[in-house]
Parts: sequence; C-alpha cells; structure tokens
Amino acid sequence: MRSTAWNDEENRVLPEMALDFMPEDKLRELQLQRLRATVKLAYEKVPLFRERMDEKGVKPDDIKTLADISKVPFSMKKDLRDTYPYGLFAVDLSEVVRLHASSGTTGKPIVVGYTKEDMEVWAQVVKRGLLACGFRSTDIVQNFYGYGLFTGGLGIHGGFEALGATVIPISGGNTERQVMLMKDFGVTAVGGTPSYFVRIIDVAEKMGVDIRSLNVKRGIFGAEPWSDGMRDYIEEKTGIKAYDIYGLSEIVGPGVGCECECRDGIHIFEDHFYPEIIDPETLEPLPDGEEGELVISTLSKKAMPILRYRTRDITAIEKTKCKCGRTIRRIRRIGRRSDDMIIMRGVNVFPSQIETALLRAEKALPHYQIVLDTKNNMDTLEVKVEVSRDMVSDSMGAMEQLNKKFKHSIEQILGISVIVTLCEPDSLPRSEGKAKRVVDNRKKM
Amino acid sequence: MKIPQVSVFVSNRPGRLQAVCRSLADAGVNLLSLTLADSGEFGLIRLIVNNPEKAVDVLAKAGLSATITDVVACPVNAAIGGLAELLSTAVGSQQIDYMYAYPSTLNGSNIMILRFQDTDKAIEALKATNFKAIDKEELFKNT
Repeated sequence: MRSTAWNDEENRVLPEMALDFMPEDKLRELQLQRLRATVKLAYEKVPLFRERMDEKGVKPDDIKTLADISKVPFSMKKDLRDTYPYGLFAVDLSEVVRLHASSGTTGKPIVVGYTKEDMEVWAQVVKRGLLACGFRSTDIVQNFYGYGLFTGGLGIHGGFEALGATVIPISGGNTERQVMLMKDFGVTAVGGTPSYFVRIIDVAEKMGVDIRSLNVKRGIFGAEPWSDGMRDYIEEKTGIKAYDIYGLSEIVGPGVGCECECRDGIHIFEDHFYPEIIDPETLEPLPDGEEGELVISTLSKKAMPILRYRTRDITAIEKTKCKCGRTIRRIRRIGRRSDDMIIMRGVNVFPSQIETALLRAEKALPHYQIVLDTKNNMDTLEVKVEVSRDMVSDSMGAMEQLNKKFKHSIEQILGISVIVTLCEPDSLPRSEGKAKRVVDNRKKM
Repeated sequence: MKIPQVSVFVSNRPGRLQAVCRSLADAGVNLLSLTLADSGEFGLIRLIVNNPEKAVDVLAKAGLSATITDVVACPVNAAIGGLAELLSTAVGSQQIDYMYAYPSTLNGSNIMILRFQDTDKAIEALKATNFKAIDKEELFKNT
C-alpha cells in the first residue's frame, strides 16, 4: 500500500516538512554539532551542569561523537525544583521572552524559560507535528488545552498559528459553551487533553449534539498518557481522527514529538531533541527496540538547555522506518510513566490498565480515579467510576451488575482484588483539564 | 398507558435528595411520587414528574445522571386485600421488578406504581381485569 500520509494533494513533501525527511547522515551530523554546542552552553552558563560534569571529569570537548552523550550526567525534575526559579537559565533574563511553570501541586512549581529563538523553534516543531497529522492552514481550531502557565495551551496555540490556521483560544472549562462554539464556529480541528475531550463528548450527547454531524475532522491530543482504547472510543463517538502529540514542559512543552498520519509511533523532532532509552535501574543506554525510560537532551534551546533529562516515560525507540518515510526516529506511544506506577501488594499497576479494563467492561470511557488506602493494615485499591447518563438504570440489580462488571474486568487485568465505587458525574477532581488519576492515602511504613 | 419514570443516580451521602428536589423545584418540575432504593455506596431515586424530559435535562445540568423508563400506574382499592386482589389476576403472573405507592388518590382509588419486566405484556394482562392502567394525561391532569 502506498502511503500518501505526508503528501499534499500534489503528492509531494511540503517544504515545511523537509526537516523531517533529512538524509540520516546529515541529521546525525547536525545533531552532533548541536549537542556539542548545547553541552558547551550548559557547562559554561549553568552551575548545576558544570558541577555535575566536573564531578564526572567530563569536559564539553569530550563529546566527539553522539555516543559520547553517555558521558554526560543525567538531570531530573528535582533539579528544576532545587534551582527554582531561574537556576538553570543559561541566558540573562532580559533575553527571556516567556516563562511557563508547572502547577506545583506537589511543592514548588518548576519554571521554564524561552528566548525569542526558543519560541520560534517551539512553534515550528508543533507546526511540523500538526502538518504530519494532516492539519492545514485552512483548519478552524478549537484549542481547549489550558491557557496560562501550563505549556499545553500556548504551545499548541503557537503551532497552529505558525501553521496559519484559525485558532479559537477557548482554553478548558465551560463545556456547554465548548459544544456550542464547536457547532456555531464550524470547527474543523480540536486540541487538548483526551480526558477533557471525553467530557465534551458526554456533554454534547446530553445537549443532543452529535459531533459526527459537525465539521470536526481531526484532533491533536496530549499532556497525559492515553490508551489505544481511548483513541478508538473518541473516534467512534465523534468520527474524528485523533492524533497523539508528545512533550513535556522541562524540554519545551508539547512538540517534542508527534504522530504522523501512519499513527505508528511518535516521531521525535530529532534536530532539536535528542532521544535515548536507558534502563531505569542501571541507567545504562539501551539499543533501539528495547523498552526503558526515555531520556531527552535539548539540542537548540538557548534559555534553558537541558542535558539527558529523565522523563520517567516508559517507551522504546522503534528500530524500523515509518511508512511515511520520515527519517526522524519514532518512540512507541507512551502508555505509562514510571512515576505513575502504583505498587500494590507487590503488583505493578498502571492507570492505563484500569482504563483498558473499564473500556472492555462497558464500551464507554467513564471518568475514573484510583484511590489507594490502608484499611485494617491492608492496602486497598479503590476505583471510583463516574456514572454517566447511559449507565443509569432504574434497576438496583442492574446498577450492582454494572459495579460487578467493572470490578471483574479490572481484577482480570490486574490480578489483584479491587473495590469499585460508582460515583456521581463531576464528583471526581480534574485539574487544568488533566485528569488526576491516582490519590494515595496509604500509611507510609 | 405507560408512565415515564425518571431514575436518578446519587451517591449515598447527606444532601443528595435535597439537591435533586431543589433542582427540580427551581425548574418548576412538579413531583408526583418518589421512591428511594439504596445499596451502601449509592442510591437510585425514582420519580414520577409532570415533565420527565425536562427533569432529566435539569438534573444533567446539576451534574446528575438520570434516565427515563416506563412504568405502569394502576388504581387499587384502599380496603384490606386491595393489592392482593390486583395481584391475583393475570398481572400477578408477570415479573414485577418493584412497586411503590403513589400517595394520592385518583377517582377514589389509591394508586400503585409498578415496574414490570415486560411493560407491554403487563398492560395487556391488565386489560383483562377490572384494574385499568391509568394513562399519562389522566395522571398529570391536575398538575
């Protein structure tokens, strides 16, 4: 089958996409040159990176090949917290044109900065991702990623604007209005967190609006791991094509990587971000094809170069070439993050498994939350599931059956016993449009 | 002959019944009858109201999931043995999921709300008896 994924109507690669198809040797050459410059910048301007490199006895000039990156020390989220707010900046604040920060729900927020050039790169990588997924300048885009300190909203906004699309910066919330504007403005594309879009689908149904009958054709989703089951659910309910964009604020925000029309993994924009997979235990680099923790180094960031950042995302770099012909490598879609992992009575549990189980049981994707607790010295795992309109019955027996069905499906996948509690709609917390999936109330030993 | 009944899913905690009643009242929905069923964590509030579709919309806006199912309203004699008499007819052989009383009278009879597994069959069975299922218009005529 011949893929037309990356072709426009005239069947050629659009000029804006050329960087995705760079000959591999040229790409590696560019990466090495940029890596050397980034390591040098970090060493000279950022005390934390210099101290770490000095400790290991590594100098910027020791980076002679791309493989030499393994000599460079790692960085992690804690480093951003410890140097709060500007400790990792490599330029004077006068050159910084934008600051973003995490919500800081677990202590001090992390702060990231961008120079004017960084902002341009950011918009360009998001734009390349959007082009790869078939979004075009003719799109009318409803962007319900949260706007503000969160990188999602303004990051995706910048990409669509660079693309020349018509952007509606609606941000998250006020779901009935989201549905109204989607219809009235003739929206052709949407962007946001997948969990919030599922919410919009619910509300649209309640309002008697069938998204399938609207003009929406494509959606770009990210900022939280989402399963293939969730994608199928979204596509079935709305008739749109749903694409995954990957990113993290520490590196740039959304746009570190993105799917293409083939939807067979996430292409990393390797000319700006260098991906590695490491064994999270031994910290040794793993060859392409093997699963481990994704580590990313920025290659062109000026305000805040980041070396070998441990993302906590578990994935693998694909060995094979994508059908689309892009030379930039792909990682597998992120199904789980190492810090999302719950260890429950010695069993590893990921929220994505629970999502799969719920979908299997009901062919619907209710909003859910996992609550861990200790009762009578036993750790318990409770899954709270919001009951949508389609799930309500007038029969108590049917409601109890629903509860049992969820419980059975989850237990089959996890292999441990769980408690399922049916809850009212909107009773589970959501933050910045990102679902808060896990609450751990267990007594720490 | 079928009467639409609204069932609302609620968490089993204080104030939920109040929330349901308040939303309906504020929207001008008239509540004719109500029954509660509960199971530890959650409950179902079953309502007969004058405007079921509106009730479901109003409840959805208040963040509550509700659904409409058909039930049968049937007059029974308030005297001893009234309900037994109804159930001794062909209706009694139908699978009844639950029933509850509608606390007012219509033409001098008390009313029972019955939920059958097969509503159509039950209405058919009722036709052969002296108990006539009450239709929606009649039930709501004073509301």
